[in-house]
Amino acid sequence: MAAEHLKITQDGLWNNNVALVQLLGLCPLLAVTGSFVNGLGLGLATMMTLILSNTCVSLIRHWTRPEVRIPIFVLIIASIVTTIELAMDAWFHELYMILGIFIPLIVTNCSIIARAEAFASRNPVVDSALDGFMMGLGFLLVLVTLGGLREIIGQGTLFANAHLMFGESARALELRFSDHYPGFLLAVLPPGAFMGLSLLIALKNSIGRRSKQQQTASLASAEPVNA
Amino acid sequence: MNLHRRVITTAVLLMLFAATGAALVGLTYDNTVDIIQRNHQLTLLRQLNTLVPVEKYDNNLLMDTLSVAADPLLGTTAPSVVYRARKQGKPVAVVLAPSASGGYNGSIDLLVGIYADGTLAGVRVVRHRETPGLGDAVEAERSDWITKFSGQSLASLTAKQWQVKRDGGSFDQFTGATITPRAVVKAVHAALVYFSQHRDTLFAQKSPPVTSPGNTDNHGS
Repeated sequence: MAAEHLKITQDGLWNNNVALVQLLGLCPLLAVTGSFVNGLGLGLATMMTLILSNTCVSLIRHWTRPEVRIPIFVLIIASIVTTIELAMDAWFHELYMILGIFIPLIVTNCSIIARAEAFASRNPVVDSALDGFMMGLGFLLVLVTLGGLREIIGQGTLFANAHLMFGESARALELRFSDHYPGFLLAVLPPGAFMGLSLLIALKNSIGRRSKQQQTASLASAEPVNA
Repeated sequence: MNLHRRVITTAVLLMLFAATGAALVGLTYDNTVDIIQRNHQLTLLRQLNTLVPVEKYDNNLLMDTLSVAADPLLGTTAPSVVYRARKQGKPVAVVLAPSASGGYNGSIDLLVGIYADGTLAGVRVVRHRETPGLGDAVEAERSDWITKFSGQSLASLTAKQWQVKRDGGSFDQFTGATITPRAVVKAVHAALVYFSQHRDTLFAQKSPPVTSPGNTDNHGS
């Protein structure tokens, strides 16, 4: 049981990361990651959706019919996203104004229906909820990393507008690296998002390859001792 | 027979899910609609207060509105809302919501506050789709360019001066971006002309019945 949970965690965060490996949900990923806080906002909303939709889909998995399961998943996801959208408009209004169209677009994030179909509809509730949390967390981490990088390179700040999420006291969190930073437009515009994401994927792949090499190397060096 | 039953149960199942989903959304909407409405009004009021300081008027800006017909001077194609500030019943300022065409990418929605004597209280950009990093310097958060309008009027500058410097006027353009400031300057000037032509109707005490009080839909959401 615990081993299974460990595997779900590793898959969600690293081995099968939504953004870096499955390459799903790229539209919101590339569009909102202009800053750390925007990435965090969309990441939390997506994670919330994944947890709730995975839980609901797993709960009803014995009552659906194969021929209508996809429409039912879509209904569940759409209801959840609309609920989250209304809640954000009510309680995080400023952030909602920034993320605007991308909250309803979570519905079209393929990773959500992909997890519903591939995981939640076949696994018990706890596992499914954990899968939603870990997949969402993996997506969120990529969103904030990319958002943070683009913000630093593009505008020379980090955590700008944090008060939109955490209240007025968080305004002081903003780091400004230089008062005369001219800005780097490319990083702010969509091409910068593509380049940033490709660099992150390359980094992930190179780390993955290196650790695999080390594993084989340590296995190879360990073998003679065993033999 | 068996097939029929299967089809019907499937349909009923789908219907049940649809009904549950709709109920969930409906319930959330019911519980949030008031807060959302208040948020929109507060956001709008905060924007209006950056133009007309709160100590200068004593009426409810959001309730004292007027719907004005579409006008080429305002760049509008649909009726827009005018907010009126008064102190002890006397006209203090109006806030117009013109739309600047001729930007780089679609229209630029503005709020233009004008005091009763025809000087500008201030200008803010509400919505635009100009290039980030270039044209977006018209936003008050990104540069103080937009604040340079305050205090200007049709009397303080000639029609020729109501242009960007590149065109021989007295307003700066941005490095690498002339089109956006040019569009905004033109729209602000047109709004002042509109005000001078309609001053009395704009301050008329009674709102025509077409305007629902506190209607803030002109900004969309």
